[in-house]
Amino acid sequence: MWFSFGRDHCLTFSRNSTFGKPLQKRESMRSTLTACEFCDSVYRLPTLAAKQMAHCTRCGAVLHRGTALDLEALLALTLAALAAFIVANAYPVVIVDLNGIENESRLWDAIHYTWTVGIAPVAVLAAACSLLFPLAQILLMLWLLVPLLRGRRPRGFIGIMHVLRVMRPWSMVEVFVLGAIVSVAKLTDVMQTAPGTGLWAFAALSVLLTVVNGYDLRRLWDLAPQESAA
Amino acid sequence: MTPPRAMALGLLSCHACGLMCRDPEHGQARDETQATLQHCPRCGAAMESRKRGSLTRTWAYLIAAAILYIPANALPIMRTAKLTTGTEEDTILSGVEALWTAGAWDLALIVLVASIVVPVTKILVLSALALSVQRHARWQPRLRTRLYRIVERIGHWSMLDLFVAALLTALVRFHSLGQIEILPGAIAFGAVVVLTMLSAQSFDPRLIWDVEGAGMDTHDNDSP
Repeated sequence: MWFSFGRDHCLTFSRNSTFGKPLQKRESMRSTLTACEFCDSVYRLPTLAAKQMAHCTRCGAVLHRGTALDLEALLALTLAALAAFIVANAYPVVIVDLNGIENESRLWDAIHYTWTVGIAPVAVLAAACSLLFPLAQILLMLWLLVPLLRGRRPRGFIGIMHVLRVMRPWSMVEVFVLGAIVSVAKLTDVMQTAPGTGLWAFAALSVLLTVVNGYDLRRLWDLAPQESAA
Repeated sequence: MTPPRAMALGLLSCHACGLMCRDPEHGQARDETQATLQHCPRCGAAMESRKRGSLTRTWAYLIAAAILYIPANALPIMRTAKLTTGTEEDTILSGVEALWTAGAWDLALIVLVASIVVPVTKILVLSALALSVQRHARWQPRLRTRLYRIVERIGHWSMLDLFVAALLTALVRFHSLGQIEILPGAIAFGAVVVLTMLSAQSFDPRLIWDVEGAGMDTHDNDSP
C-alpha cells in the first residue's frame, strides 16, 4: 500500500532542536529518522505492519518496508537456503544425452571447465557471483543471527555487516538459474537434455535468497546490542 | 508538503548503516579537499553527504564499459565444433539469432534483453543522468531518479550469457562428436557487465535533487 507522510512524520527543527550527539545515543530516535538514499529527504518513520511500504514523497522511492519476518523466521529461511545450496551444488544442473553418451554438469563443473579452457576471468566471475558470494551470504547471516537471537552482539559484527552490504548486488543465483534454463533450451535441438536435481534446488535457493536479501540489513544494525555491554 | 533534505538540515546519513548524525562541518565553507573525513559512530564507514567523486567515477567506469562494449559484441564468445557441420563461432548477437531461428523466440527475447538491451540502456541512461547533473538540469527529477533505480536493479541480469557459455562448455565435451568452447570475447563481455554495475553504484542520485529548484513544479501533482 502507499503510505503518505503527513506533516507530523516529517522532521521539524522545533522538536529536535537538541541534535548534537549521534542519534544512536538516544534510543527513541534511533531508527525513526531516516534520509531517502535517492534524494536526501528526511523523514521520521512510522512503524509499519507487514506488507506496508513507506514511499518518499519527493522522489517516490521506497523508504522502508514493513516485514513479517522476525529473526527466528530469518534464521529458518537462511538454514533452508543453506540446505538448498548444498543440494544445488551436489547434483547436476543439466543432463544431456548424445546418441547414448551421457554427460552432466554441476555448477562446479561449469566453472572448472571454463577455467581449464583458459578463460580464467570468466570462471572467476561466475564462481564469485553464483557460488562464493551466495555461500558467504548464507554463512555470514547464520553467524550474525545465532548470537543476535540470544541477545548477544556477534563477533566481528561491524565488519560482517559491511561485507554483507557490499556483496549483495553481486550475488546472482537467479541469473544462473535462467542461464541453466537457456542452456537446456539451446541444446534440445542437437541432443536430449533434461534439467537435473541441481536446477530445482537452485531455483529454490534463488527464491530463498531473494527473501533473505529482501530483509533490510539496517534493521540488524538497530537490533544488535552495543559493544560496551559485552 | 515537501520534506526537508538532510543536507539543508546539517544532517549526514550513513550510507552503510543508515544512522543519522549531525554534520559538524555544516554551514562552513565546503572544500572537498580540505574537509576532514567523518566516520560513522556506529559502523565506522566514512560519512559524506554525497558520494565522493561520484561523477568522475561514474564517467570513468562508463567510458571503459563503452569502449569494451565493442569487442564484447564483435568478438565471438563461443566456438561450437560439430562432427557434421564443422566449426562455427557465435557472437552474442548471432547466439540470439540461432535461438530465434531454432524457434525458441521467447528465450531469444530473454537473451536479447539481458545481453544487448540492458547493457546499452545502462550506458545510455547513466550517461544521460551524469550529463543532466553536470548541466544542472531541472527536468523531471522524479523521472530521472526512477530511471536510475531501474538501471541499478536490472544490471546484473546481463551476466546471463556468461553463465550459459560456461554451462555449455562443461556440457558439450564429447571430444570426437562435438565440443563447445568459451572464447576470450566473453572476458570483454563480463568486463562490460561489471563496469556498468560499478558505474551505477558510483552515481549519486541525490545530485539530481541538488540543483536549486529541481522538482519545484512536480512535487505535489503526482502523489496518488
